Amino acid sequence: MGASAEDAVAALFGKIKRSRLNAYNVLSEDLALERARDFDRSPWSGLMAGVPIAIKSCISTRGIETNCSSRILSGYTPPYDATVIERLKEEGAIIVGKTNMDEFAMGTSTETSYFGPTRNPWDLDRVPGGSSGGSAAAVAAGEAPAALGSDTGGSIRCPASFCGIVGLKPTYGLVSRYGLVSYANSLEQIGPLTLTVEDAALVLDVIAGHDPRDSTSADTPGGYLSALDRGVDGLTLGVPEEYFGEGVNPKVERSVWDAISKLEELGASWKEVSLPHTKYALAAYYIIAMSEASSNLARFDGLRYGLRLGADQDWHTTFSDIRAAGFGPEVKRRVLLGTYALSAGYYGRYYLKALKVRTLIKEDFERALSVGGADLLVTPTMPFPAFKIGERIEDPLSLYMADVFTVPINLAGVPAISVPCGFADGLPIGLQIIGRHFDEVSVLRAAKAYEDATPYHEAVPKEVV
Amino acid sequence: MITGEDVDHISWLASIKVSEEERAGFVASFNSVLDYFHQLDELDTEDVEPTYRVVDLNNVFREDEATESLSQEEALSNAPRTENGYFKSPRIV
Repeated sequence: MGASAEDAVAALFGKIKRSRLNAYNVLSEDLALERARDFDRSPWSGLMAGVPIAIKSCISTRGIETNCSSRILSGYTPPYDATVIERLKEEGAIIVGKTNMDEFAMGTSTETSYFGPTRNPWDLDRVPGGSSGGSAAAVAAGEAPAALGSDTGGSIRCPASFCGIVGLKPTYGLVSRYGLVSYANSLEQIGPLTLTVEDAALVLDVIAGHDPRDSTSADTPGGYLSALDRGVDGLTLGVPEEYFGEGVNPKVERSVWDAISKLEELGASWKEVSLPHTKYALAAYYIIAMSEASSNLARFDGLRYGLRLGADQDWHTTFSDIRAAGFGPEVKRRVLLGTYALSAGYYGRYYLKALKVRTLIKEDFERALSVGGADLLVTPTMPFPAFKIGERIEDPLSLYMADVFTVPINLAGVPAISVPCGFADGLPIGLQIIGRHFDEVSVLRAAKAYEDATPYHEAVPKEVV
Repeated sequence: MITGEDVDHISWLASIKVSEEERAGFVASFNSVLDYFHQLDELDTEDVEPTYRVVDLNNVFREDEATESLSQEEALSNAPRTENGYFKSPRIV
């Protein structure tokens, strides 16, 4: 000890500036150093007193640019904090900066950012996963001890898996979305990316809970940190057959089965279960996400904030030109396809159909996780380890396919965590543990028991400066 | 099958101008993605209720009380064009 908060924060910024990862697109160095000096003068208490944290660029921070990695929001500086940011500040955290992401969270690789791709600290030629790729890369490389991300179809768990760290998507409604720039509001949640399960539980304790400004947020007791060490004794794990086999990298599959054996050794039992509608989840997810996106992104018109081009023309031409110049190709694709899916004559075929399939998928999870069934489900987070930058970006469908094991969880609204469970050719593999609605306690305690019994979370990537 | 004309119509509905170069790419990718979506047609969902939200919440009410909000200055702080304390929009007609 003896080192001041100011020294620690200054050292962190030194590290970030030497980095080649492009994990951040905005740094709040002056604000962070000022807050660290305040802390040194008269230290405050709180669950995260003096702890630096990185925030995904789609979560509003008062006075710190929040651009969603999009040209259309470049320079946008919110005049208010998201509820999660208010809570982090109340518990004493220090915001370091805003992390790079797929534009408006639409992607699985952080390659669609207007500010260029983020690189994977385990292999600079590979993607960190997405869309919270900046948050995951920063934490994995020691450029932040913790980060917030958002997860609409896997955007926390995928980069956690690809970067070898812990990422938790809470139950829909556990964490307030007030101040989160909406992409697909019926699917997404804010959650932590951290090096350990304990840190994830701590951040969740800070950010979870009812918020009158988000009418979908629920009132829950919390206490995640204190429930961590209960072990897995007596828990039944369900292993869904649809999450193994064709399309899954054999090394990923082997690591996940090794993890199941390890959990069995630690006192859990397991059995095979079936989620029969799994193969329809991707299509249903993308229809719903694109439809909601087309509505949510209608607000970006350059009027109240964002990009405005030269001289205004008529209303429709002005907005159409701004949106053409301000959105990248993947955002345009999703907004246009969503517009089509909601348009007259197609609503029933696409959007309504997808909502009905969502019911079937949700019922799959309810059956598998019913009383007398499994307490938790365990699967690979991603079917393969991190792919190369440029490998999939030209073929949207092949990129969408990467989300096959993460999107069903958002459709069902259940909580899921990704924890490191091994390596394939030097690249991290993630184990996904899925729980019942609002049963984050079981998810976290199983993840903690596994982490305590394995060394994978301690491995350090090559690209750490 | 989505055609170039369909893309133009969707582009008008979505208020996103699509350039000539983008148009062909969107036709191709829309058709491949929609083709993939059509696998849902295999499922009989006649008697299935749609799920709009996963957590059971009905209408959430609160008292209609005035609370502090953004100041006019804050609300306008990110607006590219303002006039006399208002957002300045393009001409409507």
